[in-house]
Amino acid sequence: MRRLFLISVPYLWLLALFLIPFVIVLKISLSDTALAIPPYTPQLDLTTGWEGIKSFFGALDFENFVWLTEDDLYWKAYVSSLQIAVFSTLFALLVGYPIAYAMAQAPEQWRATLMMLIILPFWTSFLIRVYAWMGILSQEGLLNQFLMWLGVINEPLIILNTNKAVYIGIVYTYLPFMILPIYSALEKLDGSLLEAAEDLGCSRFTAFWLVTIPLSKNGIIAGCFLVFIPAIGEFVIPSLLGGSSTLMIGKVLWEEFFANLDWPVAAAVAVVLLLILIIPIILFQRNEQKQREAEQ
Amino acid sequence: MKRFTWFNATALTLGFAFLYLPMIILVIYSFNASKLVTVWAGFSTKWYGELLNNTQMLDAAWVTIKVAVVSSTLATVLGTMAAYVMVRGGRFMGRTLFSGMIFAPLVMPEVITGLSLFLLFKPVFTQFSAQTIILAHATFSMCYVSVVVSSRLVAFDKSLEEAALDLGCTPFESFRLVTLPIIAPAVISGWLLAFTLSLDDLVIASFTTGPGATTLPMKIWSAVRLGVSPEINALSTIMIAIVTVGVITASISTKRAALRQRAEERAAAG
Amino acid sequence: MTQTVFAPWEDPNETPLIQFKGVTKRFGTFTAIDNLTQDIYAREFFALLGPSGCGKTTMMRMLAGFETPTKGQILIAGQDMANVPPNERAVNMMFQSYALFPHLSIWENIAFGLKRMKMPKDEMNARVDEMLRLTRLSKFAKRKPHQISGGQRQRVALARSLARAPKLLLLDEPLGALDKKLREETQFELMDIQEKTGTTFVIVTHDQEEAMTVASRVAVMDDGKIMQVSTPDKIYEEPNSVYVADFIGDVNIIEGTAKKTSEDGYDILWHDGQEPFHAKTTRQLSDGQKAFVAIRPEKIGISPEKPEGAMNAVKGKIIDIGYLGNISTYHVELPGGVMIKAQQTNTRRLSRRTFTWEDEVWLSWTLTAGSVLER
Repeated sequence: MRRLFLISVPYLWLLALFLIPFVIVLKISLSDTALAIPPYTPQLDLTTGWEGIKSFFGALDFENFVWLTEDDLYWKAYVSSLQIAVFSTLFALLVGYPIAYAMAQAPEQWRATLMMLIILPFWTSFLIRVYAWMGILSQEGLLNQFLMWLGVINEPLIILNTNKAVYIGIVYTYLPFMILPIYSALEKLDGSLLEAAEDLGCSRFTAFWLVTIPLSKNGIIAGCFLVFIPAIGEFVIPSLLGGSSTLMIGKVLWEEFFANLDWPVAAAVAVVLLLILIIPIILFQRNEQKQREAEQ
Repeated sequence: MKRFTWFNATALTLGFAFLYLPMIILVIYSFNASKLVTVWAGFSTKWYGELLNNTQMLDAAWVTIKVAVVSSTLATVLGTMAAYVMVRGGRFMGRTLFSGMIFAPLVMPEVITGLSLFLLFKPVFTQFSAQTIILAHATFSMCYVSVVVSSRLVAFDKSLEEAALDLGCTPFESFRLVTLPIIAPAVISGWLLAFTLSLDDLVIASFTTGPGATTLPMKIWSAVRLGVSPEINALSTIMIAIVTVGVITASISTKRAALRQRAEERAAAG
Repeated sequence: MTQTVFAPWEDPNETPLIQFKGVTKRFGTFTAIDNLTQDIYAREFFALLGPSGCGKTTMMRMLAGFETPTKGQILIAGQDMANVPPNERAVNMMFQSYALFPHLSIWENIAFGLKRMKMPKDEMNARVDEMLRLTRLSKFAKRKPHQISGGQRQRVALARSLARAPKLLLLDEPLGALDKKLREETQFELMDIQEKTGTTFVIVTHDQEEAMTVASRVAVMDDGKIMQVSTPDKIYEEPNSVYVADFIGDVNIIEGTAKKTSEDGYDILWHDGQEPFHAKTTRQLSDGQKAFVAIRPEKIGISPEKPEGAMNAVKGKIIDIGYLGNISTYHVELPGGVMIKAQQTNTRRLSRRTFTWEDEVWLSWTLTAGSVLER
């Protein structure tokens, strides 16, 4: 009895506030706008029985999805989101791996502090961390002032309101997600393995390449997914740091919803975004599960 | 004894500079006298004064805190239950669906979660308000709480609960007297995580808000879309300061507790 | 013999405290306990001994109520335990990990079970103090579990499980986490406490020495079945199968075929062209049946010449010598490649040792030194 209560409360909560909303999104993505206000057509009328259900499903159509393929704004936004997510994941890996490696190599008594310093930004407002870059990257911002003072450039660089700023923003905000799983993989690595590799004739570098990298593979994979997945649907970063030419699907969805008030199209955009995300999400969960099983 | 090599020291210095310089600059410029945020015109605390007189901002902060406290408490109760069900619940119908529903919100783009909750609430509530934000926040933060709590529960020695049953506890008593006190640190960090997630959230709150329920992130958002503002720098500085003090205190006290425990264990063994 | 030996299992009028009746336990397709029937009597110190995965822990957990039998019945004091939850059983368990509540002091840990019984306050205080005294922990009452040593923790776990004065105490590898020296001391302490409190103890262990030391009866388990139940000396001297003989202590197993020579005498033909071994057994074997002789190494004599009048004597070559200080083990190869271990007490100093590698020696043993086994 108590067990039933324990299971059913969180279960029903998630059903009502997580799963059902998705069914609604799916349904509305197949509906027609009726002056942007519910009820959308068609409506399911159960009083007419089977006929009602049939006519309900008959009236649903893929019109909104057809619309997404016809207007090149949408597919360009999807392609551009993917591209931005892939490249920022790679940049985050390039920046994050050396930091994680250095942390794992650091003296024991330093590690807890370093770990805290990596996690600390995560507790700070996301919005503020993105906003902090606006003052740095703008045309008269600190970065340009600094570079011109150094004499590296004569003309200010235009970074803010371009995709470059978006890359910087994504790498910056999601860097801890890349560092932490790699660090935990590297920290577990037994130092004597590297000594064994060198003993067996590897150079420092080949030992790193043949031992360290393969053994931190799971951390790398997890870190990449943790950056890639949220980056695809990102809204705040492209809106604040990107320009009018920055196309990201999260931003498009937001504008469809808040500016154009076209809920069915916004829902269709969401459905397609979800379809794009399903594969990486499943791959990510597989990787996590494999790791858990390996640890047991 | 391991020491820093020059490569490792450089990687860490550059890495932490990248992570912290933007925030440090933000803090410094919050004390800038000039309205132009890129020109330093001397030290001043006037933006803090203006911030404290900005009643709209203060109202938003108050709404945000209320929403965060209620939603994170709700999320903690639900998330702890969910974690317990996942780790100790055994088999039940729809377990796979349940674990999927706990996992999915963690990786779901906020715009989708926001939109879907908006479409759910639209026919149900005549007017959106702080309550709708609370429902939305509790839903996605409970999943984070359940991840934190279940990782503690997995590491938890199950024989402690069995010992409680063996010594005459009912299952509920065993949870209250043994499990809960031991997992309490994880439950508290779950609550803190849920609290920060709620404080931070712009996207989901924007979809589920209504008249009179403007949260701080929404306020910040509308201010910074137009560009950098010194008042927002001041606000950011306050928020960064609170978080920094909190995190550092927490980590020092856990470190002290761990050291003390280790010392006592060593004393007991010797 | 005037002294009464504690052996309720031999008394047909005694009613057992615990009865397993045809108990089977399956986890999915894995059978942990296979149609097991066994009685355990009050005041016994009963040891379940076996390798990991043999089902001994499952048996114990069924007694505690953490697992329910798939088939069959478990009775404690005549009552069917099928629907009795763990918290309502007059059974307590001492966990392998001790399962001390880390957030409670030693005193509170011991009082935990008494509080659940709604015992009056002063009675409870007295009981906790008594348990602390019994386990010599009075000094540590206010400490937390992490502030005491492993041996002390073990005693807290014991005190906590004994506090409720259970009819039956279950001990799951109670000494597994202690080092060898402390383990030996604690074994005697356990026996002492068992005798003082008069509680029935069922202990699960994979350490045969521990089982032999503490138990009144030992059940050797394998693969969900009890292979043999008997007193420690009988288990050692009269194993009923090669498995039990091999599991308990060191043993030489020689395979051969049986040939009846008298009422209880047999010849075991073990190698063509060699004289068969002679042995006595009450077991009835048919001629030509496969049989095994199990002989403990310490029961085999070793000498340079063929000993006069030995019932069994065989020549071999020393291959290896294991020097253990008090004893030496000689590995001797018999004709046909059979290896035999023989042990001898080192009464002389090493420098004057009689035998060395490659020496030809004679091994000998009596008619009753070895057990004749069918399987």
